[in-house]
Amino acid sequence: MAHDHDHEHGHDHSHQPHPFQPDLEETPLTHYQVMTQAVGDLLVEKGVFSAEELRAMVEAIDAKSQAAGARMVAHAWADPAFKARMLEDVNKAAEELDIDAGGIPIRAVENTEGVHNVIVCTLCSCYPRLLIGLPPDWYKSRSYRSRTVREPRQVLAEFGTTLPDDVEVRVHDSTADLRYMVLPARPAGTEGWDEEALAELVTRDCMIGVTLPKSPNA
Amino acid sequence: MSARFAVGESVKVRAAFPPGHVRTPFFVRGKTGRVTEVLGPYRNPEELAYGRDGEPALPLYRVIFETAELWDDYRGAPKDTTVVDIYENWLEAP
Repeated sequence: MAHDHDHEHGHDHSHQPHPFQPDLEETPLTHYQVMTQAVGDLLVEKGVFSAEELRAMVEAIDAKSQAAGARMVAHAWADPAFKARMLEDVNKAAEELDIDAGGIPIRAVENTEGVHNVIVCTLCSCYPRLLIGLPPDWYKSRSYRSRTVREPRQVLAEFGTTLPDDVEVRVHDSTADLRYMVLPARPAGTEGWDEEALAELVTRDCMIGVTLPKSPNA
Repeated sequence: MSARFAVGESVKVRAAFPPGHVRTPFFVRGKTGRVTEVLGPYRNPEELAYGRDGEPALPLYRVIFETAELWDDYRGAPKDTTVVDIYENWLEAP
């Protein structure tokens, strides 16, 4: 279509609509979102808890991060007796550090020279939120959930983690009543480091098992 | 409740495909693994999912499989393993 831009009414050509980010309200709520909201409203109305208490709880859950888990891992690296207790019972060991790991039993699975662990929940998105925060979106994706059991080494490689064939890749599918976190191996070159510095090396992803801890030289 | 299987024992996951809420992944059904841990009794999720009380509770096991046994064309290393938590009603002697 030819336009005569010399003409003062030359803007009569149709504009392509500019793509826009839909408002929250334009994304239809799912059944469970509606139910959650309704039950929340009812409980507030009935005085079971206040709107402020509900808000504060949501805020507290959203504020969870990998920090508690990282602190536990760093302490386990520094103190072999604590590590043994953590491998025995994560929830109880957490109490020693004044960390609330919640009522759902959590297991730590230890990476060693011969074994690399990685966690997935193929059926939903079970995850130790109180210790490592909210799960990343990819953890909940169908692609991660199906491929991690089917081709774990390819998935790990996409996260930049390439492991030799003499290391056993052990995939943990947490489909039931327990939650899992990886206790990574302490990186070489961190001898004499204090726990705070060690905890800096412990990322969320290395506690899921898709990566190793940060390199101390980075 | 006493657990029917002990650590180290071989177990076979039932090759069953019932309707409803089931927490046994398809990829282990009909496969044989080994018990690495008896986790204790947990309420039956197949009942809990429908608002019932989940009693009687079922022993829950950690079962380890050779990953190459789970998939016909597994491209990882032969020593790779997969551990799945499985309720006792899904396990039988191989």
